Formats: sequence, structure tokens, C-alpha cells
Amino acid sequence: MATTTITKTEKLVGKRIRRREDPRLITGTATYVDDIKMPGMLYAAILRSPHAAAKIRSIDISKAKALKGVHAVFVGEDTKNAGAVPCGASLPGLRVPHHNVLAIDRVYLVGHPVAVVVATDRYIARDGVELIEVDYEVENAVADPEKALAPGAHAVHPQWPDNVAFTFHQEGGDVTKAFAEADVIVKQRIVSQRLIPNSMETRGVVADWHAADRTMNLYTSTQAPHLVRSLVAQILGLEENRFRVVAPEVGGGFGAKIQTYAEEILLAWISMKLQKPVKWIESRRENFLCTIHGRGHVDFYEIAAKRDGTITGIKLKIIQDLGAYFTVLTPAIPTLSVLMMPGLYRTPSISADIVGAFTNCTPTDAYRGAGRPEATHGIERMVDMVAAELKMDPAEIRLKNFVRNEEFPFPTATGLVYDSGDYSAPLKKAMEMAGYDKLRKEQVEARKQGRYMGIGLCAYGEICAFGPSPATPAGGWESATVKIEPSGQVTVLTGISPHGQGEETTFAQIVGDELGVGIDDVLVVHGDTSMVPYGIGTFGSRSTAVGGTALYFALQDLKATIKKFGEMLLESDDVTFAGGQCTCNKSGKSIGVKGIAAAAYRAMKLPPNTGPGLVATHFWEPPNFTFPFGAHLVVTEVNGETGDVSIKRYIAIDDCGNILNPLIVDGQVHGGVAQGIGQALWEQAVYDDNGQLVTGEFMDYTMPRAHMMPWIESGHTITPTPVNPLGVKGVGEAGTIGASPAVVNSVVDALSPLGVRHLDMPLTPEKLWKLISAGRNA
Amino acid sequence: MIPQQFEYSAPKTLDEALGLLAEGARPLAGGMSLIPMMKLRLSNPEHLVDLGRIKDLSYIREQGTVIHIGATTTHHDVESSPLLRGKCPLLAETASHIGDVQVRNMGTIGGSVAHADPAADYPAALQALEAKIVLKGAKSERTVSAADFFVDTFTTALESGEIVREVIVPVDGSGTGTSYQKVLQPASGFAIVGIAVRVRKQGDKVAMARIGVTGLSNRAFRATAAEKALEGRSGSPAEIQAVAALVGQGVDANSDLHASADYRLHLASVYAAKALAVALGRIA
Ligand SMILES: Cc1cc2nc3c(=O)[nH]c(=O)nc-3n(C[C@H](O)[C@H](O)[C@H](O)COP(=O)(O)OP(=O)(O)OC[C@H]3O[C@@H](n4cnc5c(N)ncnc54)[C@H](O)[C@@H]3O)c2cc1C
Repeated sequence: MATTTITKTEKLVGKRIRRREDPRLITGTATYVDDIKMPGMLYAAILRSPHAAAKIRSIDISKAKALKGVHAVFVGEDTKNAGAVPCGASLPGLRVPHHNVLAIDRVYLVGHPVAVVVATDRYIARDGVELIEVDYEVENAVADPEKALAPGAHAVHPQWPDNVAFTFHQEGGDVTKAFAEADVIVKQRIVSQRLIPNSMETRGVVADWHAADRTMNLYTSTQAPHLVRSLVAQILGLEENRFRVVAPEVGGGFGAKIQTYAEEILLAWISMKLQKPVKWIESRRENFLCTIHGRGHVDFYEIAAKRDGTITGIKLKIIQDLGAYFTVLTPAIPTLSVLMMPGLYRTPSISADIVGAFTNCTPTDAYRGAGRPEATHGIERMVDMVAAELKMDPAEIRLKNFVRNEEFPFPTATGLVYDSGDYSAPLKKAMEMAGYDKLRKEQVEARKQGRYMGIGLCAYGEICAFGPSPATPAGGWESATVKIEPSGQVTVLTGISPHGQGEETTFAQIVGDELGVGIDDVLVVHGDTSMVPYGIGTFGSRSTAVGGTALYFALQDLKATIKKFGEMLLESDDVTFAGGQCTCNKSGKSIGVKGIAAAAYRAMKLPPNTGPGLVATHFWEPPNFTFPFGAHLVVTEVNGETGDVSIKRYIAIDDCGNILNPLIVDGQVHGGVAQGIGQALWEQAVYDDNGQLVTGEFMDYTMPRAHMMPWIESGHTITPTPVNPLGVKGVGEAGTIGASPAVVNSVVDALSPLGVRHLDMPLTPEKLWKLISAGRNA
Repeated sequence: MIPQQFEYSAPKTLDEALGLLAEGARPLAGGMSLIPMMKLRLSNPEHLVDLGRIKDLSYIREQGTVIHIGATTTHHDVESSPLLRGKCPLLAETASHIGDVQVRNMGTIGGSVAHADPAADYPAALQALEAKIVLKGAKSERTVSAADFFVDTFTTALESGEIVREVIVPVDGSGTGTSYQKVLQPASGFAIVGIAVRVRKQGDKVAMARIGVTGLSNRAFRATAAEKALEGRSGSPAEIQAVAALVGQGVDANSDLHASADYRLHLASVYAAKALAVALGRIA
């Protein structure tokens, strides 16, 4: 190949480049939904049920309607034709409750929307809500999934008295044989408690209907604007091409903004009804009650192993707390746990059962990790228990069972094909960084002094880059359009919808390298369905692996066109495009992207079979998921007097394939680890027996804060995926998935001299103090 | 989270404010407790009188053997006051444990004591300091001891129309050691228990011990049995343990999601031991 004479722009991919979205966030100039103001805009406030289960005898809205400034009050009867909140998941025999946007004759969770007041400002709207009188006939509620499944429990939906929404069974290999031939069988009930996602920005919607041309503009804080468009347009019987959804700046989602919510449908409906723009902003209290929750598993594990530590089979029964109704993915989430139940281990035989239980609680759905943290927590706890049973080191049993490097692509007993991996590498690296052998010696010393020091390991695997379309509820592909403008600047339109992940930066890095332009010449546009091609959205650590790949292929198409123009302009058929220049390999003459763009739009002359302009669009369907992996190692000490856990060291080695921007990867890992530690130590949604959410605000729901975080020592191994040409796997959820089992394993290890074998999260000081004092007195 | 409509006055003089309060208005200081309650509509005052613009209500002044602290003095001012740090370090230390920087920049000592949250920090220190609280109404002024001021959960000796005008704490001479030790409720940052200790030695014997406790029960209190048990002793580690165990004796301890009564009582004794040891160690 001929060498180019033009100096290539510095390579951007792989660099620690600061996020280009940050200046507007840091200076407070970003536009969130609540920053949107329109002439004549009205404000909606929603009356919500204070009861977890009740019949609505009557609703009196007369006083609210009479309040000065109130434009309208609507109740369930009014919105009967507005449709129901959509569920996108399908499972055989699934019972899907019809969840109207406002309750009609009964409520089945605290926070259930009952009426909406629309007024000239948000204060009057809120005052109006207080003037509505609802006569409820309060019923018993059930707020615990195991209690919901017990005979005689209150039926969340009267038509399904057993509270069972679905059952699901999957098996692979020969689990009966595995258990019959096992040397050891270890059983444990493991809870992954209900968590409450909390983004900095709560949800919010502005709906703006224009009757004359039948167009709807819906601004909403969402992770999946196209999905919202398709669903709400369909539900309201509107034309999809005239329905525009904009996700403006979105202040975090964590999975809780993938769904299409009642308020999105309701606000659009109100705007049509009143012919005015209408805004609703969720309060924090509403966010706790009315945006989805995560996790909510009770798992029953059985694991079969040989005396040498070889794991031969896993049986798992999941009771999934679904809540009272379904949002878009509710019933599908536990099936992801089943898919990932073997973890990184070769485990040839599995059997899994899920029972989905209705409770009078907020629906559960995808929350950072969505099904994989539960699965990882389960298998990683179980593996530790098997090791303890066999008196093996927890590292040894993991190394023994990992899928081996030469076995990739590796078909799992759950029907997946793991793409690529070197599973022992991150574990070995973490152990080396930690000085594992030395730590174990320190632990012996600590124990002699009566201190509770623990070393916890977690080797996690996850399923990312959702995904091949047949395996996803709404298509799993992604799209990108790249335009080189006449000036030579580059605009990327992407179907993903970032809200904190930094793709405005990473995608610009990809473009910069492929087209040889500077990062500041690239603009990445997302989140507006009237501007970007149809896309699936940002969730499941898919944006770069799927959306970035779509972009990569669009760039290849564009480069081919650029080359054609280069050949025409340089009057040669021996032209190379590199470093932003088309160069004639014979004459050495060259022309840059800028000149080519000008010529392509001026169009005085065109290459054969080529139209004017420089635009390419690509829709990319991934052939497989990607499977990132890694190992976290955590050293803890439990204070024997108070039960407080202190994390002495936190080592995170993550393998997310190729790294486009190490700064962003660090950020994703840190945030993820914070959330995982949050689950391990502090966070929990607590309902009382009446279905009242006890942890309904930040005064009682313990969000991790900066001062509660340990220093995170992070590192990487790099195993590119063959699934996409970028070799990237995804890193958005890794930290969360790795953290909770690593922390819990560490604390269990710390307390193992007291005979502790398992602990359910969160590991509150009181829980540990009780164990320690009981152990001491024993 | 939107409050009901209310009237707002920001008088420049105390008399004006007291006049409005006599008519039933509600004082607003830092707003760090009141505004959240109004947002949730748990509290719906019709008229707020902002004490923030009143001249000469925010001060820290030494006068003889005591220090006067004006009602609108912020937690930050208390925490960072060289006078208090030197001469009443227990109060400054306690202030530094309240909430976060933003809360300490806005919240006031008058507001905190008037609010009387059973998990607030100041009340423990004020009990240990045997502080005096000056209450002023339109026509009256009276001084009550901290012991009499904190009556019950969110309930004080304040009568309607009265405000907390100032808090008076003693100057601690040499020979005194103090410490505030707090167990944070992990979500709110308030005290699960907070123990304020103030001890003085004469020779090698503890001549005076004051132990203020917050978070443990319906109101902040002084652990007098423990105080008595320490006085006249040297303060050895074994004595500290024994004394600390008395702090929760006979107390009807709070129980909630974050700590059962048993655990709270246990923490009270662990943290009392810590506070006692630190305070004794700080005696110059
Ligand atoms: C996030 C957060 C964390 C916090 N953490 C802590 C903590 O760790 N420890 C702690 O102790 N506190 C904590 N607080 C409470 C904080 O200390 C408040 O500042 C304090 O409780 C009230 O003081 P304020 O000046 O803000 O009073 P406001 O909120 O303005 O008023 C509180 C009440 O006192 C009345 N009032 C105010 N001033 C007077 C006066 N001079 N005379 C009579 N009545 C008056 C008001 O009418 C109202 O009823 C926290 C608050 C927040 C928001």
C-alpha cells in the first residue's frame, strides 16, 4: 500500500478526552423538560391514591373545578379511551393487567393516579388536587411477593386470585443427573431487595398538540424517544409521522426511563383535549412511588458440585416481585437473570423456574443491570458457599470453573453464545493488585486479634449490547446518519438516546478517526425523533456497541462516496482516503474533506453513479449480544462493636472490550460501583403490610453519597468482541453488577469465623451487630 | 412539592416581627426544616415572618463568663467562630456535624432549637452546656434552661408569639474537655444517637461531668445518673465503660427502620464511651 504524504490527525479513539457535553451541564445552561416554557402553557398535577388497595366509591371534583385558574379536571372515566400503559414483554400465558392512565373503579398501589388537575400554574394545579374528594373503600393489601403467593392472600387483581402473573421454565443439559451424581449440593435462599432508582432529574413531560396540522410535540425525560413515539401515537390513534418526541437533556435514567409511562399518554391526551401545551413535572415523592423500582427477587438456589470443585448443575427458582401492573419490560427482567445464571462458569446443566407475583407495589422493571445483578449476586454467592463447603479458596474454585479461552464462542446451558473472553485474566489481575496472598495472611492475624476482616471476590459476566432483534421486544438494531455539511463539518444523527453516558464525545472520537477531522468539527445529535433516524434507545449497555457500530458502518459508506469524489477531483483512479485527505498515489496531489464537501454540494460535476451531497445512513443489526466480564475484589472490616462495615480496598478490573475513552469508562465504572455498593450496604425499598412505602423519600432511603464511597482502584483487561468491528462490549452496568456480590462476599468472609455463611442485603450495621453479639455470646 | 399560598414579610426590626408573630404569623429562619415541610404540605402557615433581615439577631458575643449567640446565627458561623472554638468548643464541634455545607450555611441555631427535632444535634450540646435560651414575645422576655426548654418531640417551652431570641452558653475555662460523637442516620444524616460530653477535672478526679444525649428518645436530655457515676472518679477506661452503660438506663428508646430501640441503646453506650474518652483526653 502506498504511503500518504499528508500527516494524519492525531488518533482520538483510546484517548482520555473530556466529555463535550459537560460544559453545558456544569454551567447550568442545559435544557431539561422543566426548562421548556411555551406561550399559554398549562400545568398538570396528579391526585394519587394514598391507599395500596381500595375501591373508588365516588370522586367529587366540583370544588377543584371551581378553583380560579383551574382549566380542567379529569378522572378515570374521562380517560377510558386514552388507552392503557403498554407492556412490551410477552411470555406464554402472561396475565397483563389493564392499567388505565387514571384509575377507574379501584386503585391497587399507593401512588396510583386517580385524577388530574390542569391549571394556569403549578401552584393552582396542586391546590386543585387537594380539593378533590375521593371516597375509598379500603381493602387489605399485599406488599410482599412470598406472602402474595401464599394461599388466601389478598388478590391484587380480583380476576387472578393466586396473584401469579406467569410462570416460566427453562432447562439445559441434564440437571437431574448432575444433582444425582453430585458430591456436594449447596442450597440457599437469596434476596435481591427492591431498589428505587433515583436520577437527579425526575420524570417530566410537556405535550404540545397542534390540531390544524394534527401534529404532536411531546417533550419527555426518556431513554427511548422513538419507542415512546410509536407507543403513544398508537395508543392515542395518532399518526406516527406527525408525532414528534423530544428527549431534551435527560438527567439520568438508569433504566427507569425506558418505559412509556401513564403521564406521557395522559399529557398528550390532555393537550389534545384542551388544545394547549401542558406540562407535568414529577416531584421527588412521586418519583419514589410512581417511577419503576428495580430488583425485587427472592431466589432459591441449589448448586451441584464435584469434590474437586467442578460445578455441574444449578437449580434456581425465582420469585419476582412484579408490583401491581406492568411497564414496558416488567415480566421480561427475571428472564435475563435466568439467561445469565451460569455466570462465567462452564456449568453444563441448569434448570430455572420463575414465578411472577403481583403485589400492591410499584412495578419493577429494568434498573441498571436489569436481571444480571440478581443473577450475578446469586451465582457469586453460591460459588463462595460451595468453596466454603469444600474448604477451597474462593479464587481457586472460580479459576477452576471458568469457561476456557479456547472454548469461545461458548454455548451456555441457557442457550446463549458467549462471544469472547479470558475470564481468569481480570481475577488474576485483581488478586495481584490486591496482594491476595498477603491479604489472606493479614486476615489470619486480624482474626487472632478478634477483628473481622473480609476479602470478597466477584467474577461477573454480563449480557450487553441488546441485542439481536429476535431476542428483544422492540427490535435490537440501531441506526446512524452521518452528514458532511457543505462547510466540511460533520453532523451525526444517532438513534440512541444518551443521558449521561457521553456518546456525544465517544461518537465524535469515532468520526474523528474515520474521517480524519477534528473532534470539534463533529456534532452528535440525538433524542429528537424529527431529526434522527428511528432508533431503539439507550439502555442495556448497548449504545456504543450497537449504535456506535451503526455509525461505524455509515462512516464506511460515506468514506466510499468521499473516495469517489476524490478520484473525480484528483482525476485518478488510484486514490487513498486517510487522515482526512484523498491523495492520489501517483501524483501525490491531495484534497481534504472540506474541499470534497464543497465540491459534492456545489455539484458542478459528479462521479459516475453518484448524486450530490455527502450523507450516509446505516441501520445495523447485531449478530449476537456482547458479554463483558471482570472481577472485583473488596477488602472490608466490620466493626465488632457497632456492626459498621468499612471498605478498606475496592479493586475493579473490568473487561469491556476495546476502550474508546478511558475517562468515560472510569466514570461508568465508578458510578456503577457506587450503585452496587448502595445495594449491598444501604438501599432498600421498604413497604409496610398495608403497602405504604416507608422509604418514600431521601430522609429514609439511603442513597450512596460521595463521602460514603471508598477509593476505587480500577484496571482493565481488554478482550475485543468479534460481534462488532469496534470490538467494544459495553460498560454502563458492569460496576453495578460486580459490586454487590463482591461486597457481600467480603462481609460474609469477615464474619465467617462466627459461622456466618450467607447474608441478605442491605448489610445494615444493626443486622451485623446482632450476628456478632449473638456469635460472641454463643 | 409545591407549598400552599402564603404571605411573606421580612421586617427589619425585632419589634415589627414580634408584632406580626403576635397576630399569628410563623417565623422563618434558615428554612431548612420549615420549607421542606411546607413543600410536602405537612405544614401550611398562612403568613411567614422572615427573621433573616432583622438587624442584630445574628451575633456571637462574649460577656463575662458566658457567650450570647443570636437566633439567626448560622450553623456555619457557629462552627467557624474563633471565639466559640476557643471558649466553647463543644458547640462549634456540634455545629460542624449538622447536615452538609449548604444546610450549615442556611440553617440557624434559633431555628434548630425551636424546631426541636428529637434527632437534631444542637440539643445534645445545649443540654451538656446547661445553656440558657432567651425567649422573647411582643411584651415579654424570659430565660429558660435547656433542660426545661426541650419538652417533647417537636415541642418546646416556646409559647405562641414568642421567638427564640438567643442562646447563652458558658465560657469553658481551662481544665475542661468536651466532645460530640454522633452516629449518622445514613439516609438523612441526622443523629441516630449523638452524645455531647463536657468534663472538668480537679487534680486527677472528675469534678464535673455533663452528658447530653440526642436521637435516643423523644427529646434531648441529660444523662444525670451517668454524670453522677463519673464525678469523683479518675475516668479510667473501666470507669468510662461503666458510666457509658448508664446513659440509656431507663430511657424509652426510639425504634425505627434505621435502628431498633435495643441497637440505639447499645450505640448510645458505645458512643458515650467514645465521647467520654475523647473529652477526658482533651482536658488541657
Ligand atoms: C438536608 C438536611 C440535613 C439536615 N441535617 C441535620 C443534622 O444532621 N442535624 C441537625 O441537627 N439538623 C439537620 N438539619 C436541620 C437543620 O439544622 C435546620 O437548619 C434546623 O433544624 C432549622 O433551622 P432553620 O434556621 O433552618 O429553621 P427554619 O426551618 O426556618 O424553621 C424551623 C422551625 O423553627 C421555627 N423558628 C425558626 N426560627 C425561630 C426562632 N428564632 N424562634 C422561634 N421559632 C423559630 C420556624 O417557625 C419553624 O417552625 C438538616 C436539614 C436538611 C435540609
